[in-house]
Amino acid sequence: MRVELGELTWLDEHGELTLAELSEVSGLSEAELTELEDCGAIAPVDPAAATRTFHAQCIVVARTALRLRHDFELDDRGLTVALALIDRVRELESELRALQARLPRIG
Amino acid sequence: MKYKDYYAILGVEKSATADEIKSAYRKLARKYHPDVSKEKNAEAKFKEVAEAYQTLKDPEKRAAYDQLGTYQPGQDFQPPPDWQRHFGETGFSFEDLDLSDLFEAFRGARARGGPDGQERPVRGQDYEATAHITLDQAYRGGEVELGLAVPEYDEQGFARRVTRSFKARIPKGATDGQRLRIPGKGGKGLNGGHDGDLYLDIVLEPHPLFRVTGHDLYLDLPLAPWEAVLGTSVELPTPSGAVMLKVPPGTHAAQHLRLGKRGLPKPRGGEGDLYAIVQVVVPSAVSETEKALYRQLAEGSTFNPRAHFVQELSHAS
Repeated sequence: MRVELGELTWLDEHGELTLAELSEVSGLSEAELTELEDCGAIAPVDPAAATRTFHAQCIVVARTALRLRHDFELDDRGLTVALALIDRVRELESELRALQARLPRIG
Repeated sequence: MKYKDYYAILGVEKSATADEIKSAYRKLARKYHPDVSKEKNAEAKFKEVAEAYQTLKDPEKRAAYDQLGTYQPGQDFQPPPDWQRHFGETGFSFEDLDLSDLFEAFRGARARGGPDGQERPVRGQDYEATAHITLDQAYRGGEVELGLAVPEYDEQGFARRVTRSFKARIPKGATDGQRLRIPGKGGKGLNGGHDGDLYLDIVLEPHPLFRVTGHDLYLDLPLAPWEAVLGTSVELPTPSGAVMLKVPPGTHAAQHLRLGKRGLPKPRGGEGDLYAIVQVVVPSAVSETEKALYRQLAEGSTFNPRAHFVQELSHAS
């Protein structure tokens, strides 16, 4: 069976979702997402807005949180630390790739 | 159906306690979890470990698994005839079923009814796939075909592993590490639940000339010593075609010459830059005539590339 894929969404800082939409898409409950927000793993676009919305890239964080919670049976504190460390590792990997790209291959 | 030895996968005895199974799983999950591991084939290995743990941590599933008997890993076998009772159904066929699907079917069987006997909606499974794209596909956009072996659930909630082929048009501007979501293209929802989504992780294939960071490109630009000293114009490859680059006189090795907006396009407009990194290279073999010219240059030049050593050397002596 071959499926043609239609609408693609970039998971970046441009798309926005409400808390309910993020919950539906990520599989985390709104309470769990609020815990992630409290620990700084995700942040609303405008914290002062009456209806909080989140950048689409928060889907990636929330899904990672869901996987980690399920696969490692982590509690909230463990999850917060794991997310922060993974974020730091991703950041360092990205910096490393950027530095490697700048290094000449010949000479 | 092929047998999998879940105890061997977790490295525990068949008599292992629940705590021993959990401990073995945690160690292996730490080693192979795709979010934290850089081991080769980590994702496939973790799936195997997780599948074993999901079955053995659940007393009901573990008892059902033990009832299957013991075979060699990969050996063909048939579950006992009365095994269907675990699913609460009769007439269930084990043909074309993977062992993991068999235990996943518990999920379906349980999903069919809540404690009150009411059917509750179950959201379809999200699928994840890696889309490997070339630099040219990142620059112009392009189609990729993905084959995914995924479980599909029938109306009773039983799983069958099917291979689904997805054809996705990757828009220009995709680059390494970006994620795309395709809503509703994951597994089918049950009892009115929404269909899952498909997530694509973009991986950019290495290019023989260009290195990529974000939407910027880096390219080594080898120059002969006299080109670096005197300056020159060189024809430079870019994703959009060749361009002439003016190299100014006195260009140093490792200097970055920037060509604005000659990198990869960005998803919402604009382009990255292309950087040519200068390398001053010398010929590995030179003719007698060339040697004579280099000697003449050495004798006539006042250039000292190690002038900054002088002070340090005078302290040392």
